[in-house]
Amino acid sequence: MKKIKAIIASLALFAMFVGTAAQAKVEIQWWHAFGGRLGELLDEQVNKFNASQDKYTVVHTRKGNYSETLNAGIAAFRAGQHPNILMVFEVGTASLMAAKGAYVPMYQLMKDAGQRFNPNGFVSAVSGYYTTTDGKMLSMPYNSSTPVLWVNKDLMKKAGLDPEMDLSTWKRVGNALDAAKAKGIDMPFCTCWHSWVHLENFSAYHNIPFATKSNGFAGLDTELAFNSPVHIKHIQTLGKWAQEGKFKYMGRRNEAGKNFRAGECMLMTESSAGYAGIKKEAKFEFAIRHLPYYGATEAPQNTIIGGSSLWALSGKSKEENKATAAFLAFLSRTDIQAKWHQDTGYLGVTTAAAKATKKSGFYKSNPGTDLAGIQMMRNKVTQNSKGLRLGSFDQIRGIIDEEMEGVYNGTKTAQVALDSAVKRGNVLLRRFERANK
Amino acid sequence: MEKRVFFKGWWLPALLVAPQLMISFVFFFYPSGQAIWNSLFLPDPFGLKTEFVGLDNFRFLLSDPYYLASFKTTIIFSTAVSVSSMALGLYLAALADRLIKGAGVYQTLLIWPYAIAPAIAGVLWLFMFNGNIGLASYYLKALGYEWNHTLKGDQAMFLVILASSWGRISYNFLFFLAGLQAIPKSIIEAAAIDGASFWKRFGTIVIPLLSPITFFLLVVNIVYAFFDTFGVIHTITSGGPEQSTTILVYKVFSDGFVSQDLGSSAAQSVILLVLVGILTVIQFKYIERKVHY
Repeated sequence: MKKIKAIIASLALFAMFVGTAAQAKVEIQWWHAFGGRLGELLDEQVNKFNASQDKYTVVHTRKGNYSETLNAGIAAFRAGQHPNILMVFEVGTASLMAAKGAYVPMYQLMKDAGQRFNPNGFVSAVSGYYTTTDGKMLSMPYNSSTPVLWVNKDLMKKAGLDPEMDLSTWKRVGNALDAAKAKGIDMPFCTCWHSWVHLENFSAYHNIPFATKSNGFAGLDTELAFNSPVHIKHIQTLGKWAQEGKFKYMGRRNEAGKNFRAGECMLMTESSAGYAGIKKEAKFEFAIRHLPYYGATEAPQNTIIGGSSLWALSGKSKEENKATAAFLAFLSRTDIQAKWHQDTGYLGVTTAAAKATKKSGFYKSNPGTDLAGIQMMRNKVTQNSKGLRLGSFDQIRGIIDEEMEGVYNGTKTAQVALDSAVKRGNVLLRRFERANK
Repeated sequence: MEKRVFFKGWWLPALLVAPQLMISFVFFFYPSGQAIWNSLFLPDPFGLKTEFVGLDNFRFLLSDPYYLASFKTTIIFSTAVSVSSMALGLYLAALADRLIKGAGVYQTLLIWPYAIAPAIAGVLWLFMFNGNIGLASYYLKALGYEWNHTLKGDQAMFLVILASSWGRISYNFLFFLAGLQAIPKSIIEAAAIDGASFWKRFGTIVIPLLSPITFFLLVVNIVYAFFDTFGVIHTITSGGPEQSTTILVYKVFSDGFVSQDLGSSAAQSVILLVLVGILTVIQFKYIERKVHY
């Protein structure tokens, strides 16, 4: 009995020491949306940072998917219980930007903390998304990907097609789908994130506006513009393919990825970050190709990103902001970025990381993994291909999803659906403008 | 003769009803008041600034054809969930009531699904009908029926009704069984001796005697279908495709918590509040009259 008491007493004493030791460190919170393999890799980054110095501790918490994380962050902000760092997906960027006072802009944070930080080290197609029109970086790019075409080579052979055939235009893709359907392939084409790929990226790639005012970069009074003849032609084509059984719609997010990995789908448009899962699960030969385009426009422009950036929320002490700055600077280090890029299939968001990866021979031993980067940076970005900055965009995407589903199931023409999506989306944009003016 | 108890003075009765009043205030009056107040404003998501907009939130809603369509969706959904789960519950209760051996086992197993939370039930059914890995969709395909509830509104509606009714069948079963067992055997036996068939007895004796329970269940089930099913809808369809499964309460949830449009969400809660008030009055005024206690 005495022994037990002694043990308890010494444990308590020990806990006190540990407690005071931990208090000496500044602790900051990071809320994010990564589980599974990505969550493990993120945890690894945090542990590496915590071990690399003895002043700061970063604690990370997963708050669900992207939307759930953003909502948790916003709700916590209203209650004054928010974390230091919040992961926000690209769709939520405009909402954060408009909420002046809710965040400390990245350039400000780094300056106040005296942290060395070079915003020009980032790939401009990525950092442009998170930078104001006058060149101030507001949040720190974390994970970014872009859509590419995934090819199941085995199914191509089964369809009597040359697996190396040119699939650079939608017309050629259409021919391949015809052949596949004729040979009885059940799912010639599928897609993930259909609004992101077939409208948002489609616009940038063809250098046509998705919305006016430089896709919203130039002002809150932007209006949607994705009901142009080129957009309509493409969505009508998708609808026709769906009616003919060549395109199977599996859902709004990345549901179709399962079908591709299971070897059911021949051609899939999906994020370059599908790489980790496909490489792990696919029991067939696969290839990565550039996103197809319409030959009518000359060479394609560039595609835009999806993914997230990290925002330093306001209302924290100077000490904590210093810790946040140190951690974010750590994340942008070349070795950290290069490893993240190679492990996940996300883009190397700093030019140095992309260079280091090339030098290591990674692209040679993993063919196709460099396509996403090339596709993003093949041209100087235009005002149509810089990205999107639209308020309430999560909601607008929901509207686009709904309307396009009407095209796939044959109840609407592309013209009617896109006109209606533009009209309904504009109502939300006006509402957002009003709430944020 | 009604029994009445009188208290002298006012403080004891006040003290006795105080806890209930407090609960009502904290969990009903305060939030409802907040909802009404917030429905007049257009705040930004972070709560940094807000603007008084009068009735604009309501105008915004009532000019949205999808919001108006969601009333119809709600009626179809609630009716289907209440009727199907009550009919099946009654059917199973009638069968279980006649069991002689192993009644306890059957009853326990039939009540089991009630223990499953709506969101989890949604995920269960979603797995079965999932286009990639679902057993049900696999067999339907083998039979030549194309199942894709992510694209076909009627299939999505069927699935959310199925998932929402499933757990409710147990609940309704439990109450109907208790109701059936409370009916004196002697009445049924007397009718049987007089030569009334099973269906005759069921229609003229059992159903009328079950009417208080049926009425209670109708109210409870409609409330359930109106308010407690957004977990199922969120996990299975997220209101899609083309908002074909967006019922009113799901829209409150998705506009408020997914889209962060608190003004519109609050206005919708106010509309729902009024709607439920009207429904309750109708139920008690017109339907309850037909109930025999």
